[in-house]
Amino acid sequence: MDRNRTHRNRKRILAALHFTALFLTMAIICIPGLWIVLNSFRPTVEIMAKPPVWNPSFTLDHYRAMFGGAGEGGVPVFSYFRNSLIISVVSTAIAILIGMSGGYAFARYKFKGKSGYFVGLMLFRAVPGVALSLPLFIVFAKVGLIDTHLGLILVYVAMNVPFTIWLTDGFFRQIPKELHEAAEIDGCTRWQAFWKVEFPVAKSGVASAAIFAFLTSWNEFALASQLTRSVGSKTMPVGLLDFTAEFTINWGGMCALAVLMIIPALILTFLVQKHLIAGLTFGGVKG
Amino acid sequence: MPRRRLPEWFLLLLPAIIVIAAVVLIPLIFSLYSSFTPYKLTRPSTLWKWIGTYNYEKILTDAKFWAAFGRTVLFLTIALNVEMLLGLGIALLVNKVTWGQRTLRTVLMFPMMFSPILVGFQFKFIFNDNIGLVNNVLQSMGFNVALPWLVDGKLAMFSIAFAEIWMSTSVFAILILAGLFAMPRDPLEAAKVDGCTPWQSFRHISLPFLMPFIYIAMTIRSLDVARAYDIVQIMTGGGPARRTELLWTLMSRTGYVDARMGLANAMGYVSILLSIFFTVYFFRKLSAARAEIGMGG
Repeated sequence: MDRNRTHRNRKRILAALHFTALFLTMAIICIPGLWIVLNSFRPTVEIMAKPPVWNPSFTLDHYRAMFGGAGEGGVPVFSYFRNSLIISVVSTAIAILIGMSGGYAFARYKFKGKSGYFVGLMLFRAVPGVALSLPLFIVFAKVGLIDTHLGLILVYVAMNVPFTIWLTDGFFRQIPKELHEAAEIDGCTRWQAFWKVEFPVAKSGVASAAIFAFLTSWNEFALASQLTRSVGSKTMPVGLLDFTAEFTINWGGMCALAVLMIIPALILTFLVQKHLIAGLTFGGVKG
Repeated sequence: MPRRRLPEWFLLLLPAIIVIAAVVLIPLIFSLYSSFTPYKLTRPSTLWKWIGTYNYEKILTDAKFWAAFGRTVLFLTIALNVEMLLGLGIALLVNKVTWGQRTLRTVLMFPMMFSPILVGFQFKFIFNDNIGLVNNVLQSMGFNVALPWLVDGKLAMFSIAFAEIWMSTSVFAILILAGLFAMPRDPLEAAKVDGCTPWQSFRHISLPFLMPFIYIAMTIRSLDVARAYDIVQIMTGGGPARRTELLWTLMSRTGYVDARMGLANAMGYVSILLSIFFTVYFFRKLSAARAEIGMGG
């Protein structure tokens, strides 16, 4: 009896510990983001208040100022949003097409020095953005690509292709070869067999690769901050800096722009989160 | 005689090779060349003056450079290890949950969507010594202090590491969790029957199976180690008095503020080699771990 009870108590304590640890972890993950959202709705006076005000009041001032245009210290958010969207979407689409063809080559063909090519391509992704931005800045200035959409699109395509190859390679490898062979026997060309048979099967992998590419371009800062100059091409991560002055930061406005920046990423990620995890593990473990 | 055609695999890879060559390789060759010149943005003619390895000699004998280099390596080592351990812990915690697992996994993905620069701003706000959340909470709890989180050298390094770890732990947690889901149950039960303690079965059965997943996460992370630059640049800019200076912030200051592109490019090459070292190291670990559990190919 007694032993049973101590055993049960121990189990209960362990369960309580487990719950506490989990709760703390989730709190640490969530609070910083929620703090940003909360502060985007608080008046500046309250954010700066000393001693701190703990029951928040609600205001839409920061959003009104942000969307109100470049007038009273506002930031041209619409232009930044449009630039970000154009650059991310176009570069993702191109990177997926190029990366998919590369991934297919790695998954379906045997050739000499294959793993060498593969690691070599990955290494180009590992080049730090800052280190790349120095020469790119000079080269782009000579070619006239500084401060254009095209310039950033090119950069992001090159950044995203290696990782896309990695992910799609893993997915195409999962598809049995017999599938496209059967389609070819039935009279399809290799090209048709790919689009009609293999692509639909690998769709979820391609989707997760696309999300990664999109998030990378959407969030990139190191290169964008050097290669863009004006409202015509600045992306949102660069736009965040507009809220900082020499010694002060407009925290509320910055939080509002941050919220605007997170929303598309959030929606996209939740839409495909199942594929995202499958994509990462397939591509890696069975590679 | 029929014309020799390029093999199909090469044609398929060609677009990728062209884009990467044009946007990454050519600039890198240019930067390699300019790292042997005293090139300054303000004086374009200096690009044609060859000075050999002068820039490299200069940075290799510069104490400031070595301090930044050492700090970067230390920072990466600590951050990657802590992220891995925390990720493993979180994955095990979530794996034990019987209810609401999907929601928890969704919450785990939350930091992955944040732009590094946003993470920097967010923690700059939270660690602000005057109006930040951390100090406000401390003061409301009755401690009459205003800890200079981003002003004191040691605390600033801690804050930056905290931000970096907050951002990147979830990659590890999610991949390790996927590994735990994929793990076969039989060996664990057999071990239990044979009288293994939970620690023994974790150490000898679960962990070897999880290793490839850990290395995938490491490899993915190592492809992008330099994104810590965004965080540091925003939170402290390498300050106070260079106490949080990493290789990347030093390089960007040398290149863009001092306009000494040649010197900055020499530093850039050191940082590229560092990144390549990390990536190759984890790639090799990954294939070794794959081979061990028979997933090689």
